[in-house]
Amino acid sequence: MTQTAAKRNPASVPTTRSSDAAVATRAPRRRGRVGQERTNWSTLVILLLCALTVLLPLYVTISMSLKSTSQAVDGNAFSLPSPIDFSGFAQAWELTNFPVAFLISLFITAGTVVGTVILGALASYAIVRNWDHRLFRWSFFYLLTALFLPFPVVALPQIQLTGLVGLANPVGVIILKIMFELSFSILLFTAFLRSIPLELEESARIDGATTWQTFRRLIFPLLAPMSATVAIFAFLASWNDFMMPSLIIADSAQQTLPVVQSIFQTQFSNNYNVSFASYLMAMAPAIIVYLFTQRWVMEGVTQGAVKG
Amino acid sequence: MSTPVSTAAASAGALVDEAEHGSVDHLAGSRHDRRGRTRVDPIYYWFLIPTLALFTLTITVPAVLGIFYSFTNFIGFGDWQFTGFTNYIAVFSDPAILASYGFTFGFAIVTVLLVNVIAFLLAVGLTSRIKLKTPLRAVFVIPMVISGIVIAYVFNFLFSNSLPAFGAAAGIPWLSESILANPDLAWVSIVIVTAWQSIPATLLIYIAGLLSIPGEVYEAADIDGAGAARRLWSVTLPLVAGYVVINIIIGFKNYLNVYEVIVGLTNGGPGTATRSIAMTIFTGFTGGDYAYQMANATIFFIIAVAISVLQLRISRGRAAN
Repeated sequence: MTQTAAKRNPASVPTTRSSDAAVATRAPRRRGRVGQERTNWSTLVILLLCALTVLLPLYVTISMSLKSTSQAVDGNAFSLPSPIDFSGFAQAWELTNFPVAFLISLFITAGTVVGTVILGALASYAIVRNWDHRLFRWSFFYLLTALFLPFPVVALPQIQLTGLVGLANPVGVIILKIMFELSFSILLFTAFLRSIPLELEESARIDGATTWQTFRRLIFPLLAPMSATVAIFAFLASWNDFMMPSLIIADSAQQTLPVVQSIFQTQFSNNYNVSFASYLMAMAPAIIVYLFTQRWVMEGVTQGAVKG
Repeated sequence: MSTPVSTAAASAGALVDEAEHGSVDHLAGSRHDRRGRTRVDPIYYWFLIPTLALFTLTITVPAVLGIFYSFTNFIGFGDWQFTGFTNYIAVFSDPAILASYGFTFGFAIVTVLLVNVIAFLLAVGLTSRIKLKTPLRAVFVIPMVISGIVIAYVFNFLFSNSLPAFGAAAGIPWLSESILANPDLAWVSIVIVTAWQSIPATLLIYIAGLLSIPGEVYEAADIDGAGAARRLWSVTLPLVAGYVVINIIIGFKNYLNVYEVIVGLTNGGPGTATRSIAMTIFTGFTGGDYAYQMANATIFFIIAVAISVLQLRISRGRAAN
């Protein structure tokens, strides 16, 4: 048994390597570097200045959104709001029909995340456990081809076909998103599944578990860290996406949060306080989620990107 | 022993290799029938076939259909006839399309260089001995979770109001007008916003790379009396070379698809100065150029595949080392 486990080790190398990287991200202090014992103040100052370039557009967004229409119209981005005026938010809420756009974005994101994780995990499990069968082995390479396929290449026929079958709506976007995200999730899941020792599954099967029960009760929970990585990528790809919903969803009343922001470029272009209030409401959900899940997001992206 | 560099190389190609070599292990655990062949539990088909069917209907069929139409004169509806390679010949002599390729490739090259230099230097800073390391890292990652079109609208305001005001105050004539309206400079704004948004992901990969370098390497460099710059150039950079390659290829592939940042800043203008390949392709749906733009899309696809093959070759080569 131990021997088998040792032999299996090479196959699991990529997983081990990048989990090392993840561990290292978590505990960078372990690595003492000679010659850098003292805090490097000049580096810190430069980094703080760089951080300002990240924060400045966010500051402008917040301060503009809190201005009154008469103050915002002067176009001075950096002045502080005086008096503070929240009316921009109320107007933006109505103009963009915020609750509807928000719920549609949420629906598309949730559908994409759940669908990518479940379909990806099921397909990967079937592929890895039946690797010696041609259908499963070829399916792996077949599903990976989407990695090489930019959306613009198939966009025109997809617009045409979703229109024909009545999927020019958020449901159609979910299905397409899942299919584009699938390749990457299968890449991650199969690598992880190969590192799970078979002995674990065999003991479950000796206890009389069916394949479905083994997957549901044993494998899927074991996949949790990888599912989190896949979910983070699917979230980032679907919540903020503009290209696909703007092209696929035919009815502008069913558009997502990023897409509805375009009304401020055409119709209400001088109400800066309203448009910035709307931008802030569009950015805030993802930033808030990020602030609570920072470490996961950073580890997930590192792990996923290093492997993909 | 695996070198840290090869971590980054564990991309598609390397994993495909692992998959091939790994198969023997999995045989050992599968159930065999009397003749020694493995049996497939029927439920595995249920795990895989629906996904395969959906993938075929939503990705493969549109791709094949699109390539098929590129050899016709289809305008998006109605009748059509085969026209052979007419569309392809026309694409290669269409100044608008050639200009969009020129713009997109130029943009991608400049952006990939800028992003990698900045992200690498930031990663070096963020892995050195400094205070506020964790909050700084958290701040630098924020742009990754912000929608590209929304931040492009914010920068649109800054480029058309704040920057000209600054230019006028500082007495710089070319900066006192909006650079978005300047055909020679509008692309700079797109590079800036794209870089702002895509530095975080690149940065995280470099941080992972830098943390994988063992401390002893630096001790050795110190004993040899290497200075900070020398150490960065001769020790750090070669050790993260794999990460640099991966970042450049992944970044370049992404930047070739540039679309929403342009929509938010210039919408392809002024004129068609900043129209990308993706934007040109999408005109096929509104402009009645369906078949013609599918020929364009097919050429774009061939380029994307060529870059991916290059990526596989490089990562396989590194995995073999």
